[in-house]
Amino acid sequence: MSPPDAILEARGLTKEFLGFVAVNNVNLSVRRGSIHALIGPNGAGKTTVFNLLTKFLTPTRGAIVFDGVDVTAEQPAAVARRGLVRSFQISATFPHLTVLENVRVALQRKAGLATQFWRSDRILGQLDDRARELVAAVNLEPYLHAHAVDLSYGRKRALEIATTLALDPVMLLLDEPMAGMGHEEIDRVVDLIRAAAQGRTVLMVEHNLSVVSHLCDTISVLQRGEVIAEGSYEHVSADPRVREAYMGMEEA
Amino acid sequence: MTTTTSAPAAPAKIASGRSGELLTALGVLALLLAAPFLFYPVFVMKVLCFALFAAAFNLLIGFVGLLSFGHAAFFGTGAYIAAHAAKVWHLDPLVAVVLGGLGGGVLGLAVGFLAIKRKGIYFSMITLALSQMVFFIAVQAPFTGGEDGIQGIPRGHLFGFIDLNEPLPMYGFVLAIFVFGMFALWRIVHSPFGQILKAIRDNEARAISLGYDVARYKLIAFVISAAVAAAAGGAKSLVFQLASLTDITWQMSGEVILITLLGGIGTILGPVVGAVIVITLENYLATLDVPVTVLIGGIFVACVLLFRRGIVGEIEHWLARR
Ligand SMILES: Nc1ncnc2c1ncn2[C@@H]1O[C@H](COP(=O)(O)OP(=O)(O)O)[C@@H](O)[C@H]1O
Ligand SMILES: [Mg+2]
Repeated sequence: MSPPDAILEARGLTKEFLGFVAVNNVNLSVRRGSIHALIGPNGAGKTTVFNLLTKFLTPTRGAIVFDGVDVTAEQPAAVARRGLVRSFQISATFPHLTVLENVRVALQRKAGLATQFWRSDRILGQLDDRARELVAAVNLEPYLHAHAVDLSYGRKRALEIATTLALDPVMLLLDEPMAGMGHEEIDRVVDLIRAAAQGRTVLMVEHNLSVVSHLCDTISVLQRGEVIAEGSYEHVSADPRVREAYMGMEEA
Repeated sequence: MTTTTSAPAAPAKIASGRSGELLTALGVLALLLAAPFLFYPVFVMKVLCFALFAAAFNLLIGFVGLLSFGHAAFFGTGAYIAAHAAKVWHLDPLVAVVLGGLGGGVLGLAVGFLAIKRKGIYFSMITLALSQMVFFIAVQAPFTGGEDGIQGIPRGHLFGFIDLNEPLPMYGFVLAIFVFGMFALWRIVHSPFGQILKAIRDNEARAISLGYDVARYKLIAFVISAAVAAAAGGAKSLVFQLASLTDITWQMSGEVILITLLGGIGTILGPVVGAVIVITLENYLATLDVPVTVLIGGIFVACVLLFRRGIVGEIEHWLARR
């Protein structure tokens, strides 16, 4: 049965696309307060697992329990409102909104300022202080009024994290938050994730093993839709099947 | 962690945008106040009704990214209901138009409920199919008058004492509906709700992941759009004292798309400019012995090729780049 300190549990999670099994009987248990990595070669099914956990895809079989509640049959927006909030492999901002507006959109729902179509949007100004704080926390203050589309890749990622944190989520799912970044940007995002993980749980997909080894408490290795190893970095990296899979990854 | 980089993109644009809109709105209003003295009032009223119709349609295509191919169903429903309310129930003309708008809103709720979860071309096809159903109901139902339509609709007396059979009071009535409708749409675009609509249009998956039930937001927008389109139809039926099958055909759905694309989708003023051009052309071409639809179609293709963003869209783009 589930360990008492598991915040997110997947049991027998399976996804088939027209007979192709992208995720096969995955059991995953993420400990509350940990930073958990999901690694594996391209096409292993990591993004699909994320889509299943956040209900952007409906599992063919299996169950998902978040914070003691079975969410298998819930809508993705409902899962998000429970505090399980994801990012996307392709950076997810609102490109034609400003940095400030991006963060404010995340604040609007809880503030009860989302469905009012008869009021002026000037009222959103009351969220500006909080939004500014969040923007400052990811060092984007100089870009407060820039459109998200004009930001560099790393800053888009930072904005995404600020927007996610605006929801004060219980748990974050980050899909390759550092893909395509240079060294300096990676360091910055690692710091951001570490700060964001204070009092929260993080599950992240990441290719960069040195990042994973420093940042994450537990690692699950996915290959061809199946979990082939799980545990600490030392444990996982000693596994011969993982070494083999990882060699494949290095080449890709 | 320090950021040592160049200055951000100009933040000044935001402030100038809204005062610019206000100035433009005042200019247009001044033009519209002078218009009945310069042009045939019924012509200007027709333009106003179609401009409001297109502006309602534009709320969906321009700010939610949904292409409805069945908006004539709402325009026509509003026309029939207002016609019936004025002619059979002898209600106040304003009440008739409001009832038309409400009826269109209810129909919009039903159509939107069935269509809103579809994406792209599937959404357009469902709205087309449902509007065709509404069309066949209009052909069959006794109260629409079938092929004849509802004719000789009395314009009546606004609030019981303003005689709308006089051209200027009638013009003032239609202008007030137009201004109120345009203001309502502008307010929605610049509201907290409008901000969420823009976010959904920009990145729907991200909006979902922030906990927004996007279908609900789209449905609200759809119902508002349908209601305003129906109110425009209601006003049109009082202007021409006629509600007929023409108002509810798929060609009418096509015409509102044409008007909006020509003027510029996602712009506040685009539908107005588009309506002026299309209605003027139709009126002018109707006096010649040429196939109007073919000509309008040709002009449409030429315009879309020449200015992709529509006329107002191209002007705004040009101004923004200067
Ligand atoms: N919507 C989909 N339809 C069909 N196949 C899909 C779909 N999404 C993912 N797949 C397939 O599932 C496999 C896993 O993909 P993905 O989860 O994106 O891998 P990863 O994120 O580990 O690189 C791939 O072979 C991919 O082609
Ligand atoms: Mg992936």
